[in-house]
Amino acid sequence: MNKKTKTQDRFDQKRNWLRSPLFRAFAALVLVFLIGIMFNADGAFFKWNTHRDMLRHISVFAILACGMTLVIITAGIDLSVGSLLGLTAVLFSLFSLQKAWSPWLALPACLVIGAALGAVSGGLIGRFKIQPFIATLAMMVFGRGMAKWVSGGQKISTAVLQPDGTYQYVDVPPIFEFLNSKLLNENIAVVTLILFGCVLICWVILTKLRWGRYIYAIGGNEEAARLSGIPVIRTKLLTYGLSGFFCAIAGICQAAQELQGDPETGMTYELTAIAIVVIGGTNLMGGRGGIGLTFIGAMTIGYLEKILSINAVGEASRLMLTGAIIVGAVLFQKTRR
Amino acid sequence: MSCSWNSVVLYLPLMRTELSETLLQMEHITKSFSGVKVLEDVFFDLSAGEVHVLAGENGAGKTTLIKILAGVHTDFAGEIRLKGQPIRFKNPHDAAESGISAIHQDMSLINAMTVVDNIFLGKEHTHANVWMDYRTQKKKAEKLLKQLGIEANLNLLVEDYPVSVRQMIEIAKALAYDARIIIMDEPTSALNELEVKRLFQIIQDLKQKKYGIIYISHRLEEIYEISDRITVLRDGKLIGTAKADDLSPQELIRWMVGREISQQFPDRMQSKGQERLKVESLYIPDPSGTKPWVVEDVNLSLDSGEILGIAGLRGSGKSELFHGLFGTFGKTLEGKVQLDGQPIKIHSPMQSIKQGLVLLTNDRKGTGLVLPMNIIRNISLSSLSEYSSRGWMQVQKEKNTAQNHIEAFGIKAQSMHQEVETLSGGNQQKVVLAKWLETHPKVLLLDEPTLGVDVGAKHDIYSLMNQWTAQGMAILLITSELPELLAMSDRIMVMHRGRVTAEFSKDEATQERITHAAMGDEKSA
Repeated sequence: MNKKTKTQDRFDQKRNWLRSPLFRAFAALVLVFLIGIMFNADGAFFKWNTHRDMLRHISVFAILACGMTLVIITAGIDLSVGSLLGLTAVLFSLFSLQKAWSPWLALPACLVIGAALGAVSGGLIGRFKIQPFIATLAMMVFGRGMAKWVSGGQKISTAVLQPDGTYQYVDVPPIFEFLNSKLLNENIAVVTLILFGCVLICWVILTKLRWGRYIYAIGGNEEAARLSGIPVIRTKLLTYGLSGFFCAIAGICQAAQELQGDPETGMTYELTAIAIVVIGGTNLMGGRGGIGLTFIGAMTIGYLEKILSINAVGEASRLMLTGAIIVGAVLFQKTRR
Repeated sequence: MSCSWNSVVLYLPLMRTELSETLLQMEHITKSFSGVKVLEDVFFDLSAGEVHVLAGENGAGKTTLIKILAGVHTDFAGEIRLKGQPIRFKNPHDAAESGISAIHQDMSLINAMTVVDNIFLGKEHTHANVWMDYRTQKKKAEKLLKQLGIEANLNLLVEDYPVSVRQMIEIAKALAYDARIIIMDEPTSALNELEVKRLFQIIQDLKQKKYGIIYISHRLEEIYEISDRITVLRDGKLIGTAKADDLSPQELIRWMVGREISQQFPDRMQSKGQERLKVESLYIPDPSGTKPWVVEDVNLSLDSGEILGIAGLRGSGKSELFHGLFGTFGKTLEGKVQLDGQPIKIHSPMQSIKQGLVLLTNDRKGTGLVLPMNIIRNISLSSLSEYSSRGWMQVQKEKNTAQNHIEAFGIKAQSMHQEVETLSGGNQQKVVLAKWLETHPKVLLLDEPTLGVDVGAKHDIYSLMNQWTAQGMAILLITSELPELLAMSDRIMVMHRGRVTAEFSKDEATQERITHAAMGDEKSA
């Protein structure tokens, strides 16, 4: 009996393969890739460095999109990711450059602050039933304000104000250089490896942990989940907290890449993160989707921008084309039910 | 020679058309979903002034046939003729324009809009196709509601009315569309006995005015009360069409199920044991806050192995009693609850499930299932801690359990990876029951366990209830089908406006006595 069902399962999976969101997302990526081969800018597209830089460029956005994916599967949204990225970038620079903390102190401090602020949003949404859009909108404004307050409105760079009123340049700490470097004969950026780690964490949560099951159940039918004995409030708190944690990771990477903590950095990043999740094929209604989709979505957007930039398409046309292609990709993926 | 034969064959149905004015003919209807045939060579026709019941188990293809007629599915083989004219709808709007109107199980009214706006939704009266013509709409709506005998304020929101009135508004909407063919898909599933009577009066009225009505129902008594003809589908094939008077209930069930079901209800074997659940002077505050209590001063006691039926009209507080005991409303209730002799506190659903008290709600799509998840995951939803160690899921163990339940419950699905959204009602209900059984409950609160479930699956669910009580579980049962309540309950408690008005032993209980007590007539109790 068991054997029979197994073959039946395989049969079904085969038949539905073409209709699966993962296949569609992948097909969209292949399409973009083919465009890249066609418009290869005199062979620039065939060099690994182009791909490496694309991955490096998209990594910070994709890390934000990882947390966003989990939040969107719970049928929520997190608008605060850009602000929290800015805040943690400022804090990390402040701790490392001006206060000269050891990275072993500065890193966990930033991660804890990011996760805590995310959890506050989650608490407001879970416990006090504030709509995710509104709660995280408030956190977005609050986080930006906090970044400006902490930094005094200034960019926090290696030029450190001395007690006598002069500026003195400090050395760039090794952690900044490490995060900004490339490994394996300069073939892959460290931030990209960090992204891979984040994707792996999300994959484990969504497919291997009970927590993942809670996330899908809440997004699929919150009331049924609650009546099935699922801890809805705790799950939301943790999930938004995780999103904040990923914001902190992205913020630290951003600070290292810019070699400074800019309180204005990360503006509109939340929109790019949402676009990545949606292009991947995770449903904004909740209950459906996955982290693999988001990773493919990030690559799709990354290649798109890269191809347009190596072909020297002007920024105006680039933005308009990107908008049009996002709609195209989503239409292409739409599954008929 | 062959020519003349053809003409004879064709001539007969045409004769019939002229005699009784056939409104609709559907011929050779075949429809497949991704390679699986769900309808095969089905014939259906409808005359003016007729109620034609479409019967069959869940998954037999009734809904698909209706959706083809209503223009929802457009890619099918076969022919539809309206008053003899071949026609093919491109979309639901097309079908509505041609005078076909469907009243769905899950209603299509927009709750946040007024009654009058709902009635004319999609067919608004306008000046110059731009400006709303409220005056004409209001006049027409008033006339319609009067014709149907509905007392409703046109300018109130639909959500202010109970389900029964909404159903009538839906009918008014169908008539406003100038529909000649009205499809009713289980219209009585949310109505009480009185409201059903009123609906049937309206249907009789519509019959006299030469409307054609296609009626889908799982309730046998209802089918025989209302129908002129019955068509039965099974596994997508036409089993037969017969006049209601010529088809005995036994024969009808055999047509639907394909096997003989000797009794509608299995024999109930009593196996009473020790007291399981004891509730003393229970008060539950009204969650909507319109009155202080929805349940007042309820006392009950339930032994292991016993089924206690609870009767009452809608608004009697019986569903609220279940939700209160299960912890849906949190810690708000007052009174004493004892489980196996131990006093327990009601906190939350999570807590109640741990204590062995579970609730099957009467809305499986809204509050029972997570529709986008598959069968395995829905079954394990309430007992995930059993399938995980330190937070990591044990997928194989979970699959094995699901497989066992699928076999034990007879859940029909293509695969256990199928999303429950795509299952039929009976199979969905079995998935919810499997989910609750997996928590190893002591007390099952079953709120309409057979709502929208076909005859075969109903019988399965009754047998399962017997099996569980034999194992020592105790069941509190709500059902609006009185024959079911009488057959399955060991005792029956009747509620009216939040209070218990009567209690009957199995021998004392009759439909009349229960109905009287449910309407608050305490003398008869």
